[in-house]
Amino acid sequence: MARIVVDPVTRIEGHLRVEAVVENGVITDAFSSGTMVRGLEKILIGRDPRDAWAITERVCGVCTTVHALASVRAVEDALGIAVPPTAELIRNIMMATLYLHDHVVHFYHLHALDWVDVVNALKADPKKAAELAGSFSKWDKNTPAYFSQVQDKIKAFAASGLGIFANGYWGHPAYKLPPEVNLIGVAHYLDALEWQKEIVKIHAVFGGKNPHPNYLVGGVPCSVDANEVAAINSERLNLVARLIGQAEEFVNEVYIPDLLAVASFYKDWAAWGGGLKNYLSYGEYPTQGYAKTEAFKYPRGVVLNRDLSTVHPVNPRDSQEIKEYIASSWYTYQGGDGVGIHPWAGETTLNYSGPKPPFETLEGYAKYSFLKTPRWKDNAMEVGPLARLIVAYAAGHTDVQELVKDTLGKLNVPVTALFSTLGRTAARGLDAALALAWLKEFFGQLMDRVKINETSTFNGERWEPKSWPKDAEGVGLVEAPRGALAHWIKIHDGKIDNYQLVVPTTWNGSPRDAKGQHSSFEASLIGTPVANLEQPVEILRTIHSFDPCLACSVHLYDPQGRHISQVSFE
Amino acid sequence: MGQSIWNSMETKGYSRRDFLQFCATAAAVAGLGQTGVAEVVSAFEKKEKPAVVWMHFQECTCCSESFIRASHPIVVDALLDVLDLNYTETLMAASGFQAEKCLSDTIEKNKGKYIVLVEGAVPTGADGVYCMIGGKTAESILQTVAKDAAAIVAWGSCASNGCVQAAKPNPTGATPIHKLVDKPVINVPGCPPIADVMMAVVTHLLVLGQVPKLDSQGRPKEFYGRRVHDTCYRRANYDAGLFVESWDDENAHKGYCLYKMGCKGPVTYNACSVVKWNEGTSYPIQSGHGCIGCSEAGFWDNGPFYQHLPSFPGFGIESTADTVGMVVGAATLAGVAAHAVVTNIRKRSVIAEVHAEDQKES
Repeated sequence: MARIVVDPVTRIEGHLRVEAVVENGVITDAFSSGTMVRGLEKILIGRDPRDAWAITERVCGVCTTVHALASVRAVEDALGIAVPPTAELIRNIMMATLYLHDHVVHFYHLHALDWVDVVNALKADPKKAAELAGSFSKWDKNTPAYFSQVQDKIKAFAASGLGIFANGYWGHPAYKLPPEVNLIGVAHYLDALEWQKEIVKIHAVFGGKNPHPNYLVGGVPCSVDANEVAAINSERLNLVARLIGQAEEFVNEVYIPDLLAVASFYKDWAAWGGGLKNYLSYGEYPTQGYAKTEAFKYPRGVVLNRDLSTVHPVNPRDSQEIKEYIASSWYTYQGGDGVGIHPWAGETTLNYSGPKPPFETLEGYAKYSFLKTPRWKDNAMEVGPLARLIVAYAAGHTDVQELVKDTLGKLNVPVTALFSTLGRTAARGLDAALALAWLKEFFGQLMDRVKINETSTFNGERWEPKSWPKDAEGVGLVEAPRGALAHWIKIHDGKIDNYQLVVPTTWNGSPRDAKGQHSSFEASLIGTPVANLEQPVEILRTIHSFDPCLACSVHLYDPQGRHISQVSFE
Repeated sequence: MGQSIWNSMETKGYSRRDFLQFCATAAAVAGLGQTGVAEVVSAFEKKEKPAVVWMHFQECTCCSESFIRASHPIVVDALLDVLDLNYTETLMAASGFQAEKCLSDTIEKNKGKYIVLVEGAVPTGADGVYCMIGGKTAESILQTVAKDAAAIVAWGSCASNGCVQAAKPNPTGATPIHKLVDKPVINVPGCPPIADVMMAVVTHLLVLGQVPKLDSQGRPKEFYGRRVHDTCYRRANYDAGLFVESWDDENAHKGYCLYKMGCKGPVTYNACSVVKWNEGTSYPIQSGHGCIGCSEAGFWDNGPFYQHLPSFPGFGIESTADTVGMVVGAATLAGVAAHAVVTNIRKRSVIAEVHAEDQKES
C-alpha cells in the first residue's frame, strides 16, 4: 500500500492537495484538501448589499462574473427587484461569453497537457499533421507550414529548458496520441491562448474590463443607445458581433474537433472517474425573468442514482435541502461536528487542527480541508457541465438530447460513457456548443430590442435603501461554468447581516461528510488505476476533468461575530 | 538559458526585421518612443532571457488571467521569447513534487539573478496555516524565493496592499508582500492590473534591465502617476457640471460624469483612462459604471461604492477637481508617511537608492 501526495495540484485555480491510497496499482481511498482560506463572508458583514457583487466577484478571477451575478440576484431576490429584459439579455450574453472563454481555456491550458504529450509533438510530420487536421476541421490555419513553424518554436523552447512545460510526465505510457495529434494539440494550445483574450472583449464592452467587469443591482451599468457615442451603440454592437463570429469559428473548427479527436484515443477513460451517481444543476439563462425557472435554457433539478426518468425539484430556501457539514473540515459548530446547517443559518468558526507546517502528509487527521461539505437532502452531488447536461437530458430538453446522442454516436460509445472522466471532459465541449448557440440567440434578441428602442437597462424602484424593508432575505442561484453556485443573503437596516456562498468546487472537492460519504473528487478517484506512483497522471486527468476552482470554494464566516479561534498545535 | 533574446529569436526563425519590429513595439510599450528603439535593440541583443517564477498565495488568479490578456506582446510570444517562466501554478505542466522541483531548480541555478512575480497576499494569522502549498506556509515559501531574487514584483492589489482579504476585519491577517520581505518591491496594484501594464512592467524590467521609476508607494510612475479623473474623457462634463443623476438616465446615455454615482476616479491613480482595458476596448467609466478605485490601498474600506466623494461647493470649476485631489492627496501622503515610519523605513531607503541609481543611469 502506498500513499501518493500531489501538492500543489497545478493547472487549476487555487490551492488543492490530493492524497491517494494506492493498493495493487489501484486507488482505494482519496483525500481532497483545500489549503487556503480568506474569510470573505465575514468581510461582507455590515456592508452595503449593493457593493456585495464587487466583493464576491473577487472570490475568483478565473470564473470572473459568476459571483457578481449570484450576488446581484440574491439582493434582487431579497428586495423584490425584477431587472429589465435588455439587462437580462446583456447578463446572459456575458455569461455565455464566460462559458466559452472558460471551457476553451480549461481544455487547452488546464487539461490538455494530461492527454497531449508536448515533447512527443517534436516527432510529428507537419505535413501529415496538416492532412489529419484537414480531415476533421475546415480551419484555414492548419497548413504544413504552420505546423512546421510551431514545431520549430517548441524545439527551440525545449532546448532552452521547456519553461512552463518542464518536468511534465512526458513519455508516460498513458499518453496515447500519435505525434501528429500531439502537434495539433500543442499548436492549438498556443492559438487558444491568443484567441481567449479576444472573446472577453465582450465583457469589456458591457462591463468596462475583464477580468472583473462591473455589475449592478437592478440591471447592468451600461446604457444602450444607437444614437449616442458614449453608450452601447452600433459600433459597440458591431464589435460584439465580430467577436461572436470569431468565437463560433474557434469553437466549431478548433475546440470541438480537437476534443473529439483527442477523446477518440482515450475511450478507456470512459470506464474510470465516474464517481458519484447524483447530479445537481441550478439551471441558467433566464429567458422570461429570473423568477420563471421553467423558461430557463438549462433546467433546475436533481438526478439521483443516474435515474434519468425523474428530475427532482430543488428548493434553495428549504432549510432541510441544502446543508453544509464540517465533520472533516477545519471548523467547529456549536452543535458539534455531526450536524448540517442551511446557509441562511450558517455558522462557522475556523479551527485548524491539522499538522503544524511544514508537514509531509495529512494521514491520520480526521479533519483535512478548509472546504466545508455541502449536501442536498444529505446526498453528495456532482455539479458542473456533466451534471447540467444530465439534468437537462432527463428533463427532456430536446436540443441537449440531440447533441448528446449525436456526439456519443460520433465517438461510437454508449450513453453510460458519460459517467466518467472522459464524459465530463466531453460534456464541457457540448456545454460550450450550446452556450455558443444561445449567445448568438441572445445577441440577436438584443439587436431586436435596439431596433424597437426598448433598451432600458436598469430598474431603480428599489435602488435607494430607504425603499427597503427593515429585514429581507434572498438567494441568488447561478449555473456557473463549473456548476451550481448560490449566494444567500440576509439584510437588516440596509446592511448585510449575513452572507453565505456555496460554490461548485465546494460540492465537488469537499472532504467526506459525517456519514463518511465521499464528495465528487474523492469518489471519482477511487477505483482508478495508477501505473507509476511517481507520475500519477491518472489523478490529474480525473481531478482536472472537474475544472477545480479552490479560491471559490473556501470561505470563512462567523455570524455571531466571534473572534476566530486561535490555532493551537498539539 | 544563457541565450540572448536576439539569439533566441534567431533560432526560432525570426528575421532581423521581425526582431527590430519587436523591439520597436517593446519601446513603444515602455513609453520610450522612437528614440528609445536603439536602446531596446541593444538590451535585447545582450540580455539573457531571465529566469522568472510566479508565486500564488491568497488570490483569485485574476492577475494571471489579466496577464494572459496582454496584446503587445501577446502572452505566447512573451512566454516563448521574452522570459523563462519556470514556475506558475496556473499554467505549468508539472504538479506535486515535480512542480516544487521546477521552483527549487530555478532558485538554485539563478541565485541573485531570477525575478519573482507574486500574485496574492500572505496570511500571517495562525502561524500561516491559512495558505499552505506542498505542506509549507505561504510565508515560508515567500521568504525562500525572495532571499536570492534579483527583483520582486507584487502583482495586483492583493500582493501590493492586501486587497479584499485584508478588508476589515482581515480575518486571516492578509499582508502585502512589501511588509514581509527585506527588499524593494515593485507594486503593480489593481484588481487586477491592466494586462498591457503588467506586460510593460515585465518588459521594462527584463528587456530594459531597469527598475522603472517608482512613486512613494513603490508603484511605477509610468502607469500610476496620474489620477483616472485627470485623463478621463468624461472630465469635461465634470468641469461643466454635467452629471449622471441615476443609472441609465438620459445623462448616462450622453456619457456625463459619474462622480455623483460614486465614481472614485478623482482619488485613484491608475492608467485605465489612457491605456484602457482588453487591448483598448473600454474601461469601467466608458461602459457606464464609476471607478471603484481598485488600485488604491484599502479601497474596499473607503466607504460604499455608490456614495459619492465628499461634496465640494462649486461644481464645474476647474479648481474643484484639484481641491478634491489635494485633500485626498494629503491623506494619501499622510498614510504613506505613517506606513513608512511603522513598517518600512529600511526598505524605503533601499527604494530611494534604486531611484538614485536609476537617475544616475539616465
